[in-house]
Amino acid sequence: MMNIQDYQGVFVFIQQVDGKVAGVSHELLGKAGELARKLETEVTAVLVGSGVSGLCADLASYGADRIVLVDDPDLRLYSTKPYAYVLCSVIEKYKPAVVLYGATAIGRDLAPRVAARVRTGLTADCTKLDIADDGTKNLRMTRPAFGGNIMATIVCPEYRPQMATVRPGVMQKIKPVADAKAKVEKLDLAIPESEKDVQILDVVKKESHKMDIQDAKILVSGGRGMGRPENFKLLQGLADALGGTVSSSRAAVDAGWVEKDLQVGQTGKTVRPNLYIACGISGAIQHLAGMEESDVILAINKDETAPIFEVADYGVAGDALKIVPLFTEEVKKAIAARNK
Amino acid sequence: MNIVVCIKQVPDTNEVKLDPKTGRLIREGVPSIINPDDKAGLEAALRLKDSQGAHVAVVSMGPPQAETALREALAMGADEAVLVTDRAFGGADTWATAHTLAAALKTLPYDLIITGRQAIDGDTAQVGPQIAENLNIPNISYAEEIQVEGDSVTVKRQFEDRYHIVKAKMPCLITALSELNTPRYMTPQGIFDAYREKQIRTITRKDLDVKDGDIGLKGSPTRVVETFTKSPKAAGTMVTDLTPQEAAEYLLEKLKEKFIL
Amino acid sequence: MDFRLSKEQEMARTLFRDFAEKEIKPYAQELDEEERFPSEALEKFRKYRFMGIPYPKEWGGAGCDNLTYTICIEEISKVCATTATMLSAHESLGTWPIYKFGTPKQKEKYLKKLCTGEYLGAFALTEPNAGTDSSAQQTKAVLQGDHYVLNGSKIFITNGGYADLYVVFAMTDKSKGNHGISAFIVEKGFPGFSFGKKEKKMGIRGSATCELIFENCIVPKENLLGGEGKGFPVAMMTLDGGRIGIAAQALGIAEGALGETVKYVKERKQFGRPLAKFQNTQFEIADMATKIQAAQYLTYCAAIAKDTQKSCSKEAAMAKLFCASTAMDVTTRCVQLHGGYGYTREYPVERMMRDAKITEIYEGTSEVQKMVISKFALK
Repeated sequence: MMNIQDYQGVFVFIQQVDGKVAGVSHELLGKAGELARKLETEVTAVLVGSGVSGLCADLASYGADRIVLVDDPDLRLYSTKPYAYVLCSVIEKYKPAVVLYGATAIGRDLAPRVAARVRTGLTADCTKLDIADDGTKNLRMTRPAFGGNIMATIVCPEYRPQMATVRPGVMQKIKPVADAKAKVEKLDLAIPESEKDVQILDVVKKESHKMDIQDAKILVSGGRGMGRPENFKLLQGLADALGGTVSSSRAAVDAGWVEKDLQVGQTGKTVRPNLYIACGISGAIQHLAGMEESDVILAINKDETAPIFEVADYGVAGDALKIVPLFTEEVKKAIAARNK
Repeated sequence: MNIVVCIKQVPDTNEVKLDPKTGRLIREGVPSIINPDDKAGLEAALRLKDSQGAHVAVVSMGPPQAETALREALAMGADEAVLVTDRAFGGADTWATAHTLAAALKTLPYDLIITGRQAIDGDTAQVGPQIAENLNIPNISYAEEIQVEGDSVTVKRQFEDRYHIVKAKMPCLITALSELNTPRYMTPQGIFDAYREKQIRTITRKDLDVKDGDIGLKGSPTRVVETFTKSPKAAGTMVTDLTPQEAAEYLLEKLKEKFIL
Repeated sequence: MDFRLSKEQEMARTLFRDFAEKEIKPYAQELDEEERFPSEALEKFRKYRFMGIPYPKEWGGAGCDNLTYTICIEEISKVCATTATMLSAHESLGTWPIYKFGTPKQKEKYLKKLCTGEYLGAFALTEPNAGTDSSAQQTKAVLQGDHYVLNGSKIFITNGGYADLYVVFAMTDKSKGNHGISAFIVEKGFPGFSFGKKEKKMGIRGSATCELIFENCIVPKENLLGGEGKGFPVAMMTLDGGRIGIAAQALGIAEGALGETVKYVKERKQFGRPLAKFQNTQFEIADMATKIQAAQYLTYCAAIAKDTQKSCSKEAAMAKLFCASTAMDVTTRCVQLHGGYGYTREYPVERMMRDAKITEIYEGTSEVQKMVISKFALK
């Protein structure tokens, strides 16, 4: 049985792809710092890859006190078992109390494999993390469940490390400290052949010139109420006028009108733009879960009883197909007047 | 080729509503469905059965009513169905669930195991990879396309902004996304055969080689300490009965008020 | 007396409802406006083996029961009566006579193709001068050696032109009256068989309602169905069962209309409140819901009778009579509850009202149903 006391430290798995650190990892370093202070311990970043030692300075500037570096050609590209082997070795050697991963296509594959191997608890897709004040100092992990209809708070009282995958876009990264210093410990691990049973034959990047909706400050979002895919052009018009980006509800994605990377919601992306304009979106809970933290929400929907109006700062009951083009014109006029 | 598909019966969480008076979830009358990611996995298995011949077994861990989900899978074309059910398995988190399912899978022949990426009630996406770890086989998650050639599978493995083409020897486990395919409908004959011709095999605690400390609530490293519903944001203002032009001007005013324009 | 459906029937209903909503509903308005045959639906019915639901698996059917088939027609009719017409004419009228009266050779040749949907079936009894008076057949069939020669025409034939196989009724011996009518299996492409006018109709506008023309049409002797002079009972018994399908169609139309109306009256506000809050609306809805429930029980009873009793004539006639009048009544009230919008094509209820009317007419008019029922009731 594990002796809980033996386990100390808040570790963050750093997701890097092609030598670039993922935004969520910076966010997790920020959160880890907060947790580490409460646990009176330090933040360790676990950096895995090939030829990635140059990223250490970046990690230090975002809050890592220490970096455990595992650098090996076998780890250049992400693959489940080799990376799981590394994380398990790190956990075995360092015995962290907490390990955090981004809830990404990598994190949500890696973390469960590690948790199963190490025999510990893992909580998925957390939106809130804090330390219990009941004397146990257990990590309290809060996450949406039931399609986003409820929130559940989970603890892992008897096993270590306490692991969580954390939803990107929720935690706050710190303002990078330019000359921050962190200890770097290089860990030499040879990946056993038995872990290398999946071959990567090819890597293909998806063509995308669109801005990621999670980075946009203004989103013009459409749902089933837009009627048909062609009507999304109206939304693009408004987005262009405002300098924003088009996004959508799940209904439009399921109907094949837009690509999934535009989907806002429980099974899509969480966004926190300054302005979110919901057009023809009813506001099902799964959708609200992805956008209700937006600073300002405008909603246009024919149905006055649509739930979207409960989160909108300003709502108009009406036909988005008629209102949006006129609104776009008003915006263009106002901008032109301002620029004179 | 033997394919085993793990499916879960879940409430259709798209249909679940909050009772505005109590703040609780209204679960009555919510239809139970096969979890969408799992259904896609089943469809992938059935397509392999159609194209190269395979025996497709469907396994579900759940209470007795999960039987309906298994019948639906049989009605879609699965050959065999197994229900893993026992009070002792109740209260399991993903670690214990995966451990139990892996023990059940050890009693079946498999070349390929397919699970859904995540269930729409638990939303964890953990059970698939954890089953693979328990069985000591490779797992390939987020599969967008699956091809079988000889003793290997080649999979288009999705990431947010790219995909990898990966290859692994069987036995291995793949987790499927609902975007993988459009699952077929059942057929009327399939439904009647599922109920009248086919049997569902049950696996209980005594049929499995597991320790009590590794299953159910006892075997779960994580505990739920609290659940609550989210309170909606404070209500804003809504206007009705404006003409489209009036509505456009109203919205512009609001943008100006909020210093967005 | 257990009024619940079996688990298989429940699951089948879920299948049909899902299928209708996703695969059939999107086309309903277009089929009506363009008077277009539901070929997409036909493809899908073939693929998912909906074409022989109540027939045994050995003949390529699904091996289900008549109640399951009835539920299929009901669910489809909720979203598109045109599509339901195509399917029920094939499955009840085109296929059943061959299942019931076919020789082993005929079944071998045709039944499997019909049940799997490889062939679309049709039923040709009505003539310009023989509607309710179906015994006044003028189409003639004369035996000449190893084949019959058919001359005459049929009108208002559902699936006409699209069907591969037609059960055609013709007079082989005029002197014997009803006992001189015979049934034939006629394939599209038989020499002398052609198609005439396609009717423009008030409702079920996408359903192909065509004239069949026989000009010295050659039909092999082996295609005589049920024996010479036995055509009238073949026709009557087929229509008996077929009317359960029409009852299901009428029931579905009424249910579909009510469903749309319930949605509408909850949303539409006048005088500051939703229509659903007015007592008149509530009472109308209550009336309609009750009639529909009664109609459903009558229909399901008839379907069960078809499987379990020697004759289902009375039950089928009652079901069709009641369901058809319910459909007409419910759809008319639904248009009224929609007000002006209900009269426009933006909402589906006007189509449903136009579709409902045919159920009081075809496969035996409501008057014919009353004739059948009164015979039983006056015993």
